Amino acid sequence: MADATTEVPLVRTGAFDLKWQPGFGVATMVCLVLLYAPMIVLFVFSFNGSDSITRWGGLPNWHWYTEAFADQEFRSAAMNTIKITVVATIISTLVATAAAIGTTRGRRFAGQGAIYTVVNLPLMVPEIITAIATLSFFSLLAQYAGINFGIGNLMLAHTVFCIPFAYMPIRARLEGMDERLEQAAADLYATPWQAFKRVTLPLLVPGISAGTALAFIVSFDDFTITQLVAGPGQTTLPLYIWAKTRRPLTPELNAMCTILLAISILFVVGSFLIANRRRSKTE
Amino acid sequence: MHGQAPSIAPRVAAAGEAAISIERVSKSFGGGEDIVRAVDDVSLAIRKNEFFTLLGPSGCGKTTLLRLIAGFEHPTRGRLLLDGQDISALPPFKRPVNTVFQNYALFPHMTVAQNIGFGLEMLGKPRAEISATVDRMLKLVRMEELKNRRTSQISGGQQQRVALARALAPQPKVLLLDEPLSALDFKLRKDMQIELKRLQHETGITFVFVTHDQEEALTMSDRIAVMNKGKVLQIGSPRDIYDRPAERFVANFIGDTNFLDAELESFASGIGTVRLPSGARMNASLPVDAAVSNGKVSVVVRPEHARLTRDLASAALKGKLDTVVYFGTDTHYHLKLASGEPFMVRQQNTRDGAAAFAAGEDVGITLSDNAVQVLRD
Amino acid sequence: MAETTFSAGLLPDDNAEHVARAAEQASVRTRWALSLPSLLIIGIFGIVPLLVIVVYSFLGAAAYGGVEWRFSTDAYVGFLFQKDIFDDTLHFAPDYLQIYLRSFLFALGTTAICLLLGFPTAYFMATRPPAQRNYWVLLITIPFWSNLLVRTLAVMLIIRDEGLLNDGLIWAGAIQKPVIMLYTNFSIVLGLFYSYLPFMILPLYASLEKMDFRLVEAGFDLYATRGKVLRRIIMPLALPGIVAGCMLVFIPALGAYVTPLILGGGTHLMIGDLIGQQFGSGRNWPFGCAQALILMAFVLVTLTLYVRLSGGKVQQHG
Repeated sequence: MADATTEVPLVRTGAFDLKWQPGFGVATMVCLVLLYAPMIVLFVFSFNGSDSITRWGGLPNWHWYTEAFADQEFRSAAMNTIKITVVATIISTLVATAAAIGTTRGRRFAGQGAIYTVVNLPLMVPEIITAIATLSFFSLLAQYAGINFGIGNLMLAHTVFCIPFAYMPIRARLEGMDERLEQAAADLYATPWQAFKRVTLPLLVPGISAGTALAFIVSFDDFTITQLVAGPGQTTLPLYIWAKTRRPLTPELNAMCTILLAISILFVVGSFLIANRRRSKTE
Repeated sequence: MHGQAPSIAPRVAAAGEAAISIERVSKSFGGGEDIVRAVDDVSLAIRKNEFFTLLGPSGCGKTTLLRLIAGFEHPTRGRLLLDGQDISALPPFKRPVNTVFQNYALFPHMTVAQNIGFGLEMLGKPRAEISATVDRMLKLVRMEELKNRRTSQISGGQQQRVALARALAPQPKVLLLDEPLSALDFKLRKDMQIELKRLQHETGITFVFVTHDQEEALTMSDRIAVMNKGKVLQIGSPRDIYDRPAERFVANFIGDTNFLDAELESFASGIGTVRLPSGARMNASLPVDAAVSNGKVSVVVRPEHARLTRDLASAALKGKLDTVVYFGTDTHYHLKLASGEPFMVRQQNTRDGAAAFAAGEDVGITLSDNAVQVLRD
Repeated sequence: MAETTFSAGLLPDDNAEHVARAAEQASVRTRWALSLPSLLIIGIFGIVPLLVIVVYSFLGAAAYGGVEWRFSTDAYVGFLFQKDIFDDTLHFAPDYLQIYLRSFLFALGTTAICLLLGFPTAYFMATRPPAQRNYWVLLITIPFWSNLLVRTLAVMLIIRDEGLLNDGLIWAGAIQKPVIMLYTNFSIVLGLFYSYLPFMILPLYASLEKMDFRLVEAGFDLYATRGKVLRRIIMPLALPGIVAGCMLVFIPALGAYVTPLILGGGTHLMIGDLIGQQFGSGRNWPFGCAQALILMAFVLVTLTLYVRLSGGKVQQHG
């Protein structure tokens, strides 16, 4: 092209910014506003002095939080949620850690791909399908085998979809970990168990904590599967909040929603900080 | 129960006594069509107190051989003896052999001292003994002041020393070193080469060293095994390997070499007479451990064993000078021989530079005595 | 297993082969054992239930939920046809098909909008100084891991008739009476966009972040304008991320349940609600199971396409 040189963009001020693209900063701000505005609105109106859910009135206060914590049903839902989440988190993290070690160490073996697919399967199936399948399965068990684990049904259902979430960061950590470290331990007379305890496990801690945090969050937040599988008296926090929206809306709903959001955010930020601190320590 | 790490071997052992015997060992990965023979029917004996080097290009099987000795792999065929005992079936943590890994593999969550003490701790040694040995090792590698640092807080060269100290601390019978210097820069590498020789001398431990760097192998080793495609091609002292390469691959891999086709006319007691393409007759060394017969052979001539001359009448070979490359200490002359083959001559530079030849000149080549080596293949 | 016989002189070889094989087998056994608990839990409580709904989809519906144990293809026939109650003839009834079409359009539209806004955002994040990037990722990760139900309820509170947005617009004098936004196509697509935007941004960021900006430099050096650099260099290099992001938005959007439940108000059904309803008020379990399997088939087709597409890309770059 003869006039190609005339197309070279001119430098406006200072150095030529290689990476700048027009409007991209604006788009980013739009995304951030869209993502955060609803959460901020929830948060702000949870301190509303009036009893309207989105019309401000009166002085900001803790009234709706006191109200929420005084709510007997809310407290029992919180209790259920904690029971289910803690059990599902512990079991899924334990079995996912074992599976991650089994599928990343040593030479590839026949069946390794199959294990990987099965472990990640719950991520590929749409939640609503998992929900109705689990419901059908447990109703079949109850009807024809007389087996009903009560709240254990929910614990098991949650464990299933928590496993891949716990598995991913642990596996990523193991893959980033030099296998020669374990070999060095074996070379220095550590038995397999000693090598695991003294080398693998301590180095795996960030991966396991991230896995635990993710398992906790997805179990804690789950609505779809819990809604379909939950039996009477097995209301969890998300289910209770959903039920609340069917009644007259007050800022108590905002307070409850804010509590749920705060717990998820606490875990995300917490695991981020752990990962960041580890990184700065090892680099 | 795992083995006691042996005490340091006496400085001088009976010559020829084998620390490690590798008997017809093969290791293949995969199977069927895709089978990879990483180590293919290798037999060799590593002597006590020896600095033994496995040299070869990447993928030649040298690291697999090292891992077989360490116990990270089990041979598909053959057996490994350590001090005459079959260790083929022992897991790594029961073998009195320690490894310095390529990227050191220091435990990032432990201090320098904890790293060095790890092996002794696993052997169940008393605390006081561990601490004394760790101090001794730190002194040996001159790292006393960094004892309580984390391994992420020290430089590459320092990590290298810690890795050495860690592997030496349990006083292994054999120290395995897997390209330990490859991650260091040039200057540090030179220093560590000297350091390694010193450590080997002071501890009297047998060193098995893996490298792809021919210069490193030549300067450090007592003996070298050159490997390619899973096989050991030649074992010998650095001088043997350089001056008397047995095969084309060995000659090519180590240093610059000129290959010529020649005719072996007669031979007796290791010396033969060959006729070069130019018609000149020369004495030539024969391969050490292979039978030869008269007829076509390949011979090699090292570039520094040849000299250029303008006296064409006395020259063994004649050619036209193609390019002249100046290297400071010496100059490389690339020629095309009358027979059409390329040939390189390396000559040391002198201050006056009067003897320098120019590209395009017709020149002769004279060869020093014993310059010509006949190859096995 | 091929047994090889050795002569007495080669006994050490036999032993070596035996040891090597035994060691490998022991290692594989251990690794299967480590994976077993996960496999059992997911197998029994994740995969068996999927088989149960396959069986259920071929059974008859019981009156108050559940199934009757007789073979029936009603669930599949009912997807496209309606049985006349008087003469038992089948009439083509596109009602359910419409729900599928709507779900597809919504999922496609959501994917497009997410890409349109997500790409600039991911690019912007990837071009921040390295020390800042982690915090940008955290900013996108927080909504990603926050309670979907709660976030969707928040959207509902803002866009409903007496919500914050309408109140604000009326207060500003822009409108006289509330604009109806909730329970419309708009509210559902907005909700889907809002739910799945982080699913687009994060993989895009991952592929843009490791991009070699010397290539962009080379582009400018060879007379490309900013627009051309973007279209001819940056976007092709980010293609794996774009494809991954689109998959991660499209698949969950297609099967969305919570968003249409809250923002569709039962009038603008998507496949997810249709399935859910069969186990609630609709009470036709076999029909719900059949719909779930049809949705699963669509998901598998999309996933296969993705694997093909990304596989092809890998080859091109390799």
